[in-house]
Amino acid sequence: MSETIWIIPLIPLLSSVTLMLFGSRFKVSQIGALGVGSVGMAALLTLLLAAEFMQNQQVIQLSLWTWMEVAGFAPGISFYFDGLTLVMMSVITGVGFLIHLFSTEFMEKDPSYARYFAYLNMFVAAMLVLVMADNLLLLYLGWEGVGVCSYLLVGFWYQHNANGHAARKAFMVTRIGDTAMALGLLLLFTELGTLDIQTMVGEANQTWQVGDTVPLVACLLLVCGAVGKSAQLPLHTWLPDAMAGPTPVSALIHAATMVTAGVYLIARTHGLFLLAPTAMTVVAVIGITTSLMAAFTALMQTDIKRILAYSTISQIGYMFLALGVGAWSAGIFHLMTHAFFKALLFLGSGAIIHCLHHEHNIFKMGGLRTRMPVTFWSFMIGSAALAALPMTSGFFSKDQILLQAYQLPDIGPGLWMAGLLGALLTAIYSFRLVFVVFFGKANTEPDKDTGWRMAVPLSVLCFLAMVGGWFMIPVTEVFPVGDGSHPAHWVEYVSISVPIFGVLIAYLIFYSGRLKIDGLANSGLGKSLGQFWLSGWGIDWLYDRLFVRPYYGLANLLKGEPVDAIYGLIVALNQTFNHWLSVAQSGRMRWYLASMVAGLILVITLAANLSEGVL
Amino acid sequence: MDGLNIPLNHILLVSSLLFSIGMLGLMIRRNIIFILMSLEVMLNAAALAFVAAGAHWGQPDGQVVFMLILTVAAAEVAVGLGLVLQVQKRFKTLDMDRANRMQG
Repeated sequence: MSETIWIIPLIPLLSSVTLMLFGSRFKVSQIGALGVGSVGMAALLTLLLAAEFMQNQQVIQLSLWTWMEVAGFAPGISFYFDGLTLVMMSVITGVGFLIHLFSTEFMEKDPSYARYFAYLNMFVAAMLVLVMADNLLLLYLGWEGVGVCSYLLVGFWYQHNANGHAARKAFMVTRIGDTAMALGLLLLFTELGTLDIQTMVGEANQTWQVGDTVPLVACLLLVCGAVGKSAQLPLHTWLPDAMAGPTPVSALIHAATMVTAGVYLIARTHGLFLLAPTAMTVVAVIGITTSLMAAFTALMQTDIKRILAYSTISQIGYMFLALGVGAWSAGIFHLMTHAFFKALLFLGSGAIIHCLHHEHNIFKMGGLRTRMPVTFWSFMIGSAALAALPMTSGFFSKDQILLQAYQLPDIGPGLWMAGLLGALLTAIYSFRLVFVVFFGKANTEPDKDTGWRMAVPLSVLCFLAMVGGWFMIPVTEVFPVGDGSHPAHWVEYVSISVPIFGVLIAYLIFYSGRLKIDGLANSGLGKSLGQFWLSGWGIDWLYDRLFVRPYYGLANLLKGEPVDAIYGLIVALNQTFNHWLSVAQSGRMRWYLASMVAGLILVITLAANLSEGVL
Repeated sequence: MDGLNIPLNHILLVSSLLFSIGMLGLMIRRNIIFILMSLEVMLNAAALAFVAAGAHWGQPDGQVVFMLILTVAAAEVAVGLGLVLQVQKRFKTLDMDRANRMQG
């Protein structure tokens, strides 16, 4: 198996190319079988690989060929496989397979069925390249590949202008981070002479001391890339808009896999970040700020997918916090559990949207508990895991992050408190969603229930979201081990009780109605604050004023090509003279003669006047 | 050269008068024969100026150039009259404006 891991990304790639070239000739069932089968095959191979890895713990380094060779710069098409790669691959192929299966029913009526699966398979292939890459350049190839697929899938229903706009926004905003990341790669190469991650980290540890400037700059540039891809402040604005794509796409790309690529990047290059403690602090602060900002925003949203989008941003904020405080394995663990429960929630919302005539507003749903039982239980379990209620998967991972954050000197307790506030908000908004959508009176009748192709992925993900916390991810060899100390017991008790408290608040407000918040919400301050949160803290508005409008203004100014006006003037002058002269060119010999005589007289007169002094 | 001593200025005045008459004829006449005749007048005006100048300074050059002009005029008339015949043959008119083929 170790020599053939390259087959795993190749299968979805081949399937994607086949669907692109011949998709229109296949029957719907054939397209589905190919699209799902290829990812299923990749998942199966990953499972075999995992079984082998569990036995011998063998790190695989496989070089296929040299990509290019220019003046000592020789990145290879080469793969690196260790515990971290295994976790990522399992998530991508496993969750990816379930989402593909779900898609076959969700997209069944869509005329562009083949195109959809071609993109989705391409995405899986690119994402696999990203996590399996041995050097940063190949990683960057996968990184851009998933970006392109994200663009194509967000704008999948391109007939609507708004979707195209959302796709462009997603592409451009992440491009800002990607540019910084490319600069980071160039800096690392010029300083260290290689982009092979393992060699590079070893080299870095010999070249630099902890706290040097160059690794700090390089790390910050990498963080910029990660921030763009993982939708963290200040580049998070694309993710809520990216919900314009089909819901399974949101589940796969904008919740489970692609948006966590930034987390993977930082975890993969953690050797560099250990040399730059400031960069790690920056990551932690970005993480916790984003987490709180997004949680507040999620409280106010009414679109079911936007709630989940902001909750994704918030949860990735937790992962960044984990990376920033050096809790690498906890961050990756949360990445995995988050992939399970967030994919579950997104697929659940997809099922609701599918069965409810494409309704997105949660206040127009209601009472779905008895009508869509599978979806209800998916949402129950998913929300419980999201809120980190005890014994669910999210509980274990988030608890680890918060406890390790608490142990950080100086800012640790502060981060912990902020994290707890975030956890409280998470519990409130996720159960607000559950209570509003599934309880109360029904506002819209579903026209169908979920078929087996939707129910099976939901059930499997339910299982994973419940028990995912008991998995032991094999990353102990990859990351440096902490000192294993535990904070005082009361810290743990508080961490456990906060989400329960949050659920209670949501219950009192949105189910039993005992806690009245209407008065608070309708007061002047409450209203403006609510509006502020609803708009995502006005960041979109700010960017619109700060960047988009000045840019459009400039573009409008330059549209008339003011520089060309100078040359235009020359042309206009020429044309005027030409007009005048062409009038003189009448073709009448008599006029020519007359003008010659007139000219002659003029010249003679002038000559006579001038020579008067001489004669 | 005692008896008849006309001042140079007078001859030049006559010469330029002749030249102007010729040019005017060239400009306002439409008949090609008259245009040719005007040309002759202009040539002769120039020749007169040369002769007068040669006499004034006692140089033979003036008369040499006069002979040249005479020859050129003869040649010009020969060619010009040949053209007149062709024009008459092709356009059935001697009006230069009607024979004009230039697109203004």
